[in-house]
Amino acid sequence: MKYLFLICVNDATNRPVQGLDVGAATDAWFNEMNERKKRLVGERLRPREEATTVSVIDGKLTLSDGPFAETKDFIGGFDLIECKDLDEAIEIAAKHPVAQFGAIEIRPIWVWNA
Amino acid sequence: MTDSPAADSDKGDIERALTTVFREESGRIVGALTRLCGDLDLAEECAQDAFASALENWRAEGLPPRPGAWLMVVARNRAFDRLRRGTTERTKLEHFLMLSENSGPQPGGGEIDDDQLRLVFTCCHLALATEAQIALTLRTVLGLTTAEIAHALLTSEPTMAQRLVRAKAKIKHSLIPFEVPDHARFSGRLAAVLHVVYLLFNEGYGAAGGALYLRAELCGEAIRLARLLAGLVPDEPELSGLLALLLLQHARRTTRVDAQGALVPLANQDRSRWDHALIDEGAHLVETALRQGHAGPYQLQAAIAACHATAGSMADTDWREILGLYDVLLAMTPSPVIALNRTVALAEVDGPKVALARLDALEASGQLAGYHLLRPPCRNASPIGPWRAGGRILCARAAPGRHGRRARIFDTEIVRVDRRLRSVLALTQTQGD
Repeated sequence: MKYLFLICVNDATNRPVQGLDVGAATDAWFNEMNERKKRLVGERLRPREEATTVSVIDGKLTLSDGPFAETKDFIGGFDLIECKDLDEAIEIAAKHPVAQFGAIEIRPIWVWNA
Repeated sequence: MTDSPAADSDKGDIERALTTVFREESGRIVGALTRLCGDLDLAEECAQDAFASALENWRAEGLPPRPGAWLMVVARNRAFDRLRRGTTERTKLEHFLMLSENSGPQPGGGEIDDDQLRLVFTCCHLALATEAQIALTLRTVLGLTTAEIAHALLTSEPTMAQRLVRAKAKIKHSLIPFEVPDHARFSGRLAAVLHVVYLLFNEGYGAAGGALYLRAELCGEAIRLARLLAGLVPDEPELSGLLALLLLQHARRTTRVDAQGALVPLANQDRSRWDHALIDEGAHLVETALRQGHAGPYQLQAAIAACHATAGSMADTDWREILGLYDVLLAMTPSPVIALNRTVALAEVDGPKVALARLDALEASGQLAGYHLLRPPCRNASPIGPWRAGGRILCARAAPGRHGRRARIFDTEIVRVDRRLRSVLALTQTQGD
């Protein structure tokens, strides 16, 4: 089963967690999940200020500068995880360092013919 | 001529018998089929189909000798047909056939009991909203109809149907596992299951009699679920404690409310009308559980309830013991409701002045402040604050929506505190005059 992890952070509530080196902890998480062959792909994203949002309305291309959703929550990165079931996905998400100050949204990938 | 009424009453008997059998067997059937098909939604639909066939067949031919086994076989054949006909169910069909060969479901077999437990853990998975956990458990484990659940939980049938559909879709597409959690996660997940049982009971307990009969019936269903779990997971002291707590509360059900539907305070309840068989069972259960030496919140609440239920009168009540139990409970689960309840026992042991001083201290410490339902109406209202907060909770309970729902959980506690605080305050006022 595949799940997309959306690594969610929030302007208002983000605070550093004492004793947590986010960079090193994230590297350790990558290494563990790669070794366990759970992580298919994943990237950190550039800040949302650099987002370009595209829509085509009545055939007319519309671009806007900034993210799709104007909220204090934003997606800082993503990982595509392959694991046994939701319980294992929860276990993997709980180990992600961002879970300690942000949140990991687990989205099951749409399975056709299921 | 004379046939017709007799036939009608037979029909009624068959329907009642079927409803009873279905409630008893639903968890076994849905559990076993979910394991075989790997699909809870399909399993539940097939169980429903079996129920519908039974209604038709049993009316014509009477009750079969083993109704549960009859339902299981029909449901299983139905699942096989559905999988065979489906164009996209190839792997599920292979899985079904493989498992059927290895271990055919046999009512009463050990594996079936495990299936029921798997089903409970799936329905009470924390990735589902609490409302969804309760609804799914009532539907699949306890075999209530969507209409019955909607009525009992004060919502419309379409809303409830939608809630069930969504929950089952989440289980299916997120792949919430159909398994008993491993040792490391077991106690945490069991706690979630116990919470569902507790909420289910309180949903019913908050309701008065009469028109709300079905809601009160939820108490019976919660007890049935707790008994079922106690059979599946023996030697879990908190589970025994919870079952004991429910039995001890349920034993007082006929005296809690007067003919007008108003709540009757403990002091005015006719103790001779309490169900003493349930009290004995509950008291014995909690005593045995506590002897295992792993006290938990449910056991302690049950022990407190046992002190009340086994006392001959208010005066005969062992308030010192109750106070001691509250101390342990409060240390374990700091909660404003428990702290408030404790002051009632404190008033009985050390007198109302001490209890009121404790209430003041509680408020001054700000422990009650973070709890929106107990927030005093104004800053200088102490010690009336918590007392009025009790009244506010009663108001919230009467109001529909989220607050009412949440408040009901604390209903019984608060009513008791409210009544006791009224009398304590009345006493202090007369003493002060």
